[in-house]
Amino acid sequence: MSSVVDTHDHGHAGHDHGHHGPYGGIMRWITTTNHKDIGTLYLWFSFIMFSVGGTMALVIRAELFTPGLQIVNPDFFNQMTTMHGLIMVFGAIMPVFVGFANWQIPMMIGAPDMAFARLNNWSFWLLPFAATLLVLSFFMPGGAPGVGWTMYAPLTVQMGIGMDLTIFAIHLLGMSSILGSINIITTILNLRAPGMTLMRMPLFVWTWLITAYLLVAAMPVLAGAVTMTLTDRHFGTTFFNAAGGGDPVLYQHIFWFFGHPEVYIIALPGFGVISQVIPAFSRKPLFGYASMVYATSAIAILSFIVWAHHMYTVGMPVTGQLFFMYATILIAVPTGVKVFNWVTTMWKGSLTFETPMLFACGFLFMFTLGGFTGLVLALVPIDIQLHDTYYVVAHFHYVMVAGALFAAFAGVYFWIPKWTGRMYNETLGQIHFWLTMIFFNMIFFVQHFLGMAGMPRRIPDYPLMFETWNKISTIGAFGMGLAQVLFFYIVLDTIRNGKPAPQLPWEGADSLEWTHLPTPVPYHTFETQPVIK
Amino acid sequence: MRGTKVIQALAALAGLGICGSAHALEWYFREPGSKLAADVDWLHQLVMWLIIAIFVVVFGAMFYACYAHRKSKGHKAEQFHENTAVELVWTVVPAIILVAIAWPATKVVIAQKDTSSPDLTIKVTGYQWKWGYDYVKGEGEGISFLSTLATPRAQIEGHEPKGEHYLLEVDNNLVVPVGKKIRVITTAADVVHSWWVPSFGAKQDAIPGFLRDLWFRPEKTGIFRSQCVELCGKEHGFMPIVVEVMSQENYAEWVGKKTKEMSAAVEDANRQWSEQELVARGEKAYAQHCQVCHQPTGQGVPNSFPPLVGSKVVEGPKDAQIHLVLNGRKGGYRPNTEMPAQNALSDVEIAAAITFTRHSFAKPKDNIVQPAEVKAARK
Repeated sequence: MSSVVDTHDHGHAGHDHGHHGPYGGIMRWITTTNHKDIGTLYLWFSFIMFSVGGTMALVIRAELFTPGLQIVNPDFFNQMTTMHGLIMVFGAIMPVFVGFANWQIPMMIGAPDMAFARLNNWSFWLLPFAATLLVLSFFMPGGAPGVGWTMYAPLTVQMGIGMDLTIFAIHLLGMSSILGSINIITTILNLRAPGMTLMRMPLFVWTWLITAYLLVAAMPVLAGAVTMTLTDRHFGTTFFNAAGGGDPVLYQHIFWFFGHPEVYIIALPGFGVISQVIPAFSRKPLFGYASMVYATSAIAILSFIVWAHHMYTVGMPVTGQLFFMYATILIAVPTGVKVFNWVTTMWKGSLTFETPMLFACGFLFMFTLGGFTGLVLALVPIDIQLHDTYYVVAHFHYVMVAGALFAAFAGVYFWIPKWTGRMYNETLGQIHFWLTMIFFNMIFFVQHFLGMAGMPRRIPDYPLMFETWNKISTIGAFGMGLAQVLFFYIVLDTIRNGKPAPQLPWEGADSLEWTHLPTPVPYHTFETQPVIK
Repeated sequence: MRGTKVIQALAALAGLGICGSAHALEWYFREPGSKLAADVDWLHQLVMWLIIAIFVVVFGAMFYACYAHRKSKGHKAEQFHENTAVELVWTVVPAIILVAIAWPATKVVIAQKDTSSPDLTIKVTGYQWKWGYDYVKGEGEGISFLSTLATPRAQIEGHEPKGEHYLLEVDNNLVVPVGKKIRVITTAADVVHSWWVPSFGAKQDAIPGFLRDLWFRPEKTGIFRSQCVELCGKEHGFMPIVVEVMSQENYAEWVGKKTKEMSAAVEDANRQWSEQELVARGEKAYAQHCQVCHQPTGQGVPNSFPPLVGSKVVEGPKDAQIHLVLNGRKGGYRPNTEMPAQNALSDVEIAAAITFTRHSFAKPKDNIVQPAEVKAARK
């Protein structure tokens, strides 16, 4: 890890010219309260976790290349699926967008830094400890928990001590998220430049404001669920044990009360990035700004009343199933509004397709596909056929990878000139996009077929009729893994050898960080707030 | 559905080209075996066609813009950024389409939930890692058996070629009569499992300590295969569900045969068994129920499943071993995972398996356990 941070350190040496500069060396990163440094830390941390979680995905796909048990035993396979999920959700996707928030929100609203600078440092430095706990669980007797990232009771009670480490890791991750969110809310509500009214904020800032509220509301619920699991395991409580008057399904209700807002916690900041990128490369203002804000808020509110659509097969009363089905398909309306707005923003624009725009278009196309399969799964009778099959795996990877991850890639390519003062290699960027796009679909599109044909998820071995699709999927997975090595190279190459970026590399970009700040951006910015007219 | 055929053929070609696999490509729901499954299939097709239509319109517009409104073609950006009428239309129209989908979906949900007045009621219990079937009410009442994976370990580990129904075969099929309304009550003994037969559109989680139910009415005879669909631990991928639908006559015959077997089993449990009989029966029972964890060699898996070779329990007094097998042992702090209670097995199976372990993995003095002793140890 240190080598990665060191590498980046060189890249930053160029603009450590602020007054009262930072410590040198590693102490700069440990003690920093600068939002840009902390943003960088978040981004590198999430890249490291993305690599770890991705490697686990490759282990899973390698085992599934052919029927039979070849590479790992079923126990270790379950540990892989569990940790892949937890690490990708909490270690990779959530932190990457907090990294964006740290870098961008103060610059986009004309603030000098985040509101609570030291708290910001702590929010980040909780993460490496949480990640260490997660990884350590592999070395405990019995290994990491093999319960799935959803950690359903009472399977969790059977696990070894690795389960406890995972629970503590989730506590730390939750704390980090809550503190980060409080910081983001406070910054946005109090540190906007004069004239930057709420309805003038860039949409990225809006989506993060809403996301932060979701985090503050949802993360404590998860902490409660895992704490109850902990006391069931060690202190004789029976929250989730029928023999003592508890109910295993209660765990699922609590988990998904967190889990569904979590989906939007992951997706909304990505929506924000896309809402910056598409207008910039269409050279045209975002269509329906106000309706975007309202749609995002509507999605956030609805996300709290649809959780049980993850649990149609637990045996709810018919009224419960119908309520959750209606509420869930209702989300398609505001989500549709967003997609229509993005497409209309492109309509009659003056389009160019640099890498950020390619990833934005890829996002738009495939996230919508994931949304459509979401609509299919929202319908109780169809979900009962597809629940816990590979169809669901395909669906949520379209939302998480083609949605959130593609948005993150779009954001990195979009803002890296601002962050480093250097341009990335456009040809390599476009190759990265096409490889990722092709291999992603190779992995996950065929998984729709697997699910419909009846392949359950989280199995280390499968009947012979699923072999072909699994082979295609595995080949795609290794291709996509290699494509991300290219991404790593592109970022390093940008930092070390990139051509100096022009002041405004993107013709159509018009938020404050482009219009009011030099490129590369100085260590301290907006010590005097700009006045927005 | 000519279009589907064409796609299927193309996909098959692509798949063959890549992998040279000899298996037909499964890419859609299995052929419905009940009206419920057919309704689900119909609903899915309705939604898919709507989605495809919307997809074509929206992304037709996007790709047209990508083609026609490019800067490189000299297109100048217009600066419009809102239009209340348009925005209203694309809020209201999708809402109407959704109602059109919700209406038929609601009808299927209500039908799916109606488990009233069944002809045959069967209780399904999920165990780590097998299914238990009890015929509770209707023809065959009182029949009860366990159903475990029949695929040999050697196939899974690649020492033998894989059979046609690899991982989808069990020792005892669940047998039901054709054309009758079957109500299945699910529950579980340890963790959450999920019982699913895709051809009947029937899936229900099996939750420890709670009863849930589902129903199906099979419309044709045949064998329908599936697997547990809720992660339930190490052997989650190895507890298939096989339902055999029989004609009414064959079913009645099967019930007669099974009832005889059950009463023979009761006699078996009450008689004295010879040592050789117990060891031979025990070897079978051990292979079926014990060796997934403790391994065929009895060496277990370090840090997960304890070895039986040299185990104090197997070397020690037999009462303690009977107690442990019947009631299981908690995991928790110990490195080893929890030993699930095996009280769903018959007295004969438990007595024989224990006798087998006490002959093969250790040599204690009192190495014979009679079914009667197990019966006495049950509370």
